[in-house]
Amino acid sequence: MSEEGTIKKLMYVNRKAPYGTIYALESLEVVLIGAAFDQDVCLAFLDDGVFQLTEGQNTDGIGMKNFSKTYTALGDYEVTRIYVERESLEARGLSETDLQELTYEDEDDDWAEKPSLHIVGSDELAQLMAEQDVVFSF
Amino acid sequence: MLHLINKSPFERNALDSCLRLAQDSHAVLLFEDAVVAAMDGSAQAECLQEAMNRLSVYVLGPDLEARGLPKERIVEGLEVIDYDRFVALTCEHDTTQSWL
Repeated sequence: MSEEGTIKKLMYVNRKAPYGTIYALESLEVVLIGAAFDQDVCLAFLDDGVFQLTEGQNTDGIGMKNFSKTYTALGDYEVTRIYVERESLEARGLSETDLQELTYEDEDDDWAEKPSLHIVGSDELAQLMAEQDVVFSF
Repeated sequence: MLHLINKSPFERNALDSCLRLAQDSHAVLLFEDAVVAAMDGSAQAECLQEAMNRLSVYVLGPDLEARGLPKERIVEGLEVIDYDRFVALTCEHDTTQSWL
């Protein structure tokens, strides 16, 4: 039985802070590679994963590659839905204004620039997770 | 004794255990992912503030910057240090303990 051509709902769940472990960078790499497969992709950032999206990251002092700007390219890879759990932000003393602005250009709406970052509560995130065909955890 | 913490308190209990077992006047350094414990207004801020009454608590500046966490937003009284001071601290203390 072939499932070729079937579009699945995929969610990448990111729960680790960047730089201390390799998970954040690896997740981003997999998302960018996976984008070639024309699936219905979304990203979720919760727990310490919310630190991956902070504005103004500067890694000069730790001698590691700053990959935070790569998130802004996700829109060009047709990754247009990025969810951040509000409860995770609040527990860490962060708010939406501490995060990078992430947008995409909507080809169905004359390439209008629209936000791809959505702050959602636990209930809504739970619902989104439950709807997925596949969930990748990082 | 200098206690070294490099894991997020939201993910591991290393910081909790360290603060429970560190003796008065010991020093604690937060670095790598542990710097997220330093954010003011976080769920961890209160335990850290309480610990600072009896311990010297330091946080590594370059790891804050890497994670986009401004120095102005961390728990008041925390001392932000650089790598040179990190080295100096390990020399000043007879022993170090890494809480992995």
